Amino acid sequence: MANYPKTKVKSLQEWLEVNIWGLVIATGLVLSVGGIVEIVPLFFMKDTFEHTKFPEIVWDGAGKEAIAAVDDAGKTQWNWKAGDGVRPFTAVELAGRDIFQREGCYLCHSQMIRPFRDEKERYGHYSLASESMFDHPFQWGSKRTGPDLARVGGKYSDEWQRQHLRAPRSLVPESVMPGYPWLDETYLKGKRMQRHMRGLRRVGVPYSDADIAAAPALVEGKTEMDALVSYLQSLGTMVALDDSKVYRE
Amino acid sequence: MQASLEQKYNFDVVRWFTIMAVVYLVVGASVGVYIASELAWPFLNFDSPYISFGRLRPVHTNTVIFAFGGCTLMATAFYSVQRTCGVRLWSDKMARFTFWGWNAVIVLAALTLPFGFTQSKEYAELEWPIDILIAVVWLSFTINFIMTIATRKSSHIYVSNWFFLGMMIMIVYLHVVNSLAIPVGLFKSYSIFSGVQDAMIQWWWGHNAVGFYLTAGFLGIMYYFVPKQAGRPIYSYRLSVIHFWALMFGYVWLGAHHLQYTALPDWTGSLGAAVSIAMIIPSWGGAVNGMMTLSGAWDRLRTDYVLRFLIIALAFYAMSTFEGPVMALKTVNALSHYTDWTIGHVHSGALGWVAGVSIGAIYHLMTRLYHTEMYSERLINFHFWTATIGTVIYIVAMWVSGIMQGLMWRAYDEYGTLAYTFVESVDAMHPYYAMRAIGGGIFLLGAVVMLFNVLMTVRKSAVEGSLTKARALAVAV
Repeated sequence: MANYPKTKVKSLQEWLEVNIWGLVIATGLVLSVGGIVEIVPLFFMKDTFEHTKFPEIVWDGAGKEAIAAVDDAGKTQWNWKAGDGVRPFTAVELAGRDIFQREGCYLCHSQMIRPFRDEKERYGHYSLASESMFDHPFQWGSKRTGPDLARVGGKYSDEWQRQHLRAPRSLVPESVMPGYPWLDETYLKGKRMQRHMRGLRRVGVPYSDADIAAAPALVEGKTEMDALVSYLQSLGTMVALDDSKVYRE
Repeated sequence: MQASLEQKYNFDVVRWFTIMAVVYLVVGASVGVYIASELAWPFLNFDSPYISFGRLRPVHTNTVIFAFGGCTLMATAFYSVQRTCGVRLWSDKMARFTFWGWNAVIVLAALTLPFGFTQSKEYAELEWPIDILIAVVWLSFTINFIMTIATRKSSHIYVSNWFFLGMMIMIVYLHVVNSLAIPVGLFKSYSIFSGVQDAMIQWWWGHNAVGFYLTAGFLGIMYYFVPKQAGRPIYSYRLSVIHFWALMFGYVWLGAHHLQYTALPDWTGSLGAAVSIAMIIPSWGGAVNGMMTLSGAWDRLRTDYVLRFLIIALAFYAMSTFEGPVMALKTVNALSHYTDWTIGHVHSGALGWVAGVSIGAIYHLMTRLYHTEMYSERLINFHFWTATIGTVIYIVAMWVSGIMQGLMWRAYDEYGTLAYTFVESVDAMHPYYAMRAIGGGIFLLGAVVMLFNVLMTVRKSAVEGSLTKARALAVAV
């Protein structure tokens, strides 16, 4: 141990300055306060999510039946329709979301509309916390080098989105977005999407067994481009928001 | 006297970290200049997945923060803890493990991020196997540091060590909690948190990566190297005590100011904003303490290039810690959020403060570690001016583009409809994006000159045999 002469300690501060373990513990405690106060209540306070007051925001079929499945005739049948409420992503949309993450789209596109007049006119109704409750991790973003995407679903045709992703400047000459032509080259894998869905179910996303069983048929023959477009087309279409309601103070 | 230090202390690991820090500064800044150019001239993406903006941007941030910043912190922490405690590192083996482990993390980052393996949480992109390695290496760094202090020969723990310690503990909290994820493949995982809670945890991490990794740690550097280089004691002990505890307590709350007006409950965002505004006081406490250490010796700035770097860094620190609270004000944030202003703010901190204080400390270290003068003082001076001018050009470009974006997005014409389409704002950014790339390029030029100067100094030391002599003398003593 230290071989310095012991001096009389005059204050708590000085005691900490001669006791490394005291300093470690005191610093550790002081550092923990802010995070605990700001984060922990978000898991317990009911009004963190709007659907505690407006239950219609969340689809009541989630976890009970398949969101969508391919029937014997090879056609996709939906048990959910636009406006029915927030639900987990289908296998194809989830694959698209994986690609959205992989390509770093969130670095230039936010998915969080703020309650301002100009944002309402440009992007639509302000975003609700309940709308991203199944988003692991969140994709709110922090920068708008490109426009917000929270409600981009249905704004453009699938064909426009494909062309724009392949060569953005062929449609928007001033755009600075990179092209993503390689998304046409890779096909989705059913087994992998099932694994991803099971992982998400373990952290609380309500996928039913039927959802996971339906995944391989849903992604069969689909490219990464198809997946990303179907993810984009789903954004903001889940909840039918009512302008007359005050969802958030 | 100088010579026997080589025997008493472990300087080898400090030397390795110091050289790697300079190498990573050049690499990180190069990638930065490249992605800045991609935004100005998008053809540079070349339709290639591996160099497209979205995949390269995390390479840039991880290289400058964790490779350059990390190596600088580890070099300076290992150096100053030995000097201030008068004792050798507790474990040479652990120090070696920290060096190789940390560099393995960096190599793995460079090998995974361009392939799109990412958790997609900003500044915490690395996938779960690498996260586990980071945790192990960081703990070895922290434990070695604490145990070195525990075996110290001095009575009191010097202030620089408090700041390093605060950073280390906080990074453990942040890294462990924010990286909690469920693996679904070797290089794919999903955060166990979702939506609003995940957002709050991410920005608790995100702002404290800035507040602790890039501020507290670098204040630790400042508290050792400024008084050392100036040859004067720190201005005020009392101020350092107050601003240390205020910083440790207060910084943690700031993350919420990244989420104002979002779906995060209003109380959390407002709380974050309120504490942010109060944080200007402890932040300036550090800046004042560093700068006033020079009082009575200001003339040294004319001749001492290293001190110049340290002091201009403190000036940038004071500026960006004033700018930060202003941007946290709700009305300002409504305009500045989502714009380039944030990017400019980050870089006035990162280029001006973090890089400035690191560069100063590294030049100081080089002469002590290689027992010789720098190869060229004129090149240090050249580096000083390129770094400063490059940074200023960068910040000004981002101020203009950021505020312009914010104003264009909310502008209305006389009929009460939005005056600009989004893409018109993108188009208007072009000159500023080009200007930013040029500013960054000038900064990069300085970094390249520094690398040259550092390598030539190593060579000079080898030719003179100064390091060998210092070591031989140490054995003889």
